Amino acid sequence: MGGKQGFGHVPPLTPEPPFAEPWEGKAFALALLSIRAAGANTPAFRYALERVPPADYLASYYHRWLIASQIMLADSGVLSAEQVTARAARLTGADTAEPGPPELNKPQMPSGGPGNLRTLDTPPAFAVGDRVRTADLQTAGHTRLPGYVRRRTGTVTAIRPAAIFPDSAAQFEGENPQHCYAVEFDSRELWGTEAEPFHLSIDLFEPYLERVT
Amino acid sequence: MTTAADDLDPALRAEALASLLIERGLVDEGVMNNFIKTYELSVGPMNGAKVVARAWIDPSYRERLLADGTGAIAELGFKGPQGEHIVVLENTPGVHHVVVCTLCSCYPWPVLGLPPSWYKDPSYRSRIVREPRAVLAEFGLELGEDVTIRVFDSSSEVRYMVLPLRPAGTEGLSEEELAALVTRDAMVGVAQAGTP
Repeated sequence: MGGKQGFGHVPPLTPEPPFAEPWEGKAFALALLSIRAAGANTPAFRYALERVPPADYLASYYHRWLIASQIMLADSGVLSAEQVTARAARLTGADTAEPGPPELNKPQMPSGGPGNLRTLDTPPAFAVGDRVRTADLQTAGHTRLPGYVRRRTGTVTAIRPAAIFPDSAAQFEGENPQHCYAVEFDSRELWGTEAEPFHLSIDLFEPYLERVT
Repeated sequence: MTTAADDLDPALRAEALASLLIERGLVDEGVMNNFIKTYELSVGPMNGAKVVARAWIDPSYRERLLADGTGAIAELGFKGPQGEHIVVLENTPGVHHVVVCTLCSCYPWPVLGLPPSWYKDPSYRSRIVREPRAVLAEFGLELGEDVTIRVFDSSSEVRYMVLPLRPAGTEGLSEEELAALVTRDAMVGVAQAGTP
């Protein structure tokens, strides 16, 4: 959403409980447990969130977590959307027949250990101070290179821990761990000469970057 | 715009999903309720406030916190999901930091708990990386023209927490009194710490 226009004023900074209603707490916990049930892959969950229908995505934060959980569980054949609809109907008193579970299609991606951080044998390609340009990535799948920093030139300011590569892990194509860098951009490089002066720092994986000489 | 085909009420969807997953043995009801309780009661900005207060009174802790956020935060017992690698950004009179996740809602759970509504709002996610000074002013935080703004977009597994400026006139306060001045909003960078 970075840089998209038309969303209006920011809401007030009011205090609020973690969950506004009991179902939100349940949605949160179910999402974490569904991630486990579907292969313990957080990029896959983020990719599912990105595939929630736009109106639902914008309507409610925890409802989109529920819908994303359903997408992820359906992808891995753990649970079908039809099962959820039928169960919901039964819970409200309807005498609906429930379909059986789908065929299990749980991807078996080898795991390099707990969490998402990994250690690499190869040294990082870039060093602090290097000038880098971001790729013109047009993926149909999941990526952590936001549109607003594509084809822009910045400076590496820190080397972050290497981690599994979300672009491949999200689709269970392998962890494919990559080096990661904090890259800083001048606001005018992102938004033109009239932009407010500020610095934007973002963490980018090595495959997103090329050296500027 | 497209919507989910079934058009279920969220509370009913949660109920249906929970009942199916529990029945299949994929979700344990006790574990589910524990997750909810943990994030309602034990994990929240009161944890981060303790970290900040310690950093304000203990220079060697502050140094460790800035060099290795994850390790120094774990010294106070805070770790867990969405806290694999935490970087602490120190505000100074001349530099102000503010944190966002433009792609989803990445947030340092062990120190701040779950993100508030405004952090997940499309207006915040879209605008803070484009016009941070205007957005901060809308939140009520007016920064001087001489203050450099650094915006951090949480796009990897790294999570960020802001170490706010210690408010003036707090020299005699205890660590506990200091922690009470540290708000969630100050640790994301959209407000200053409170004054006594």
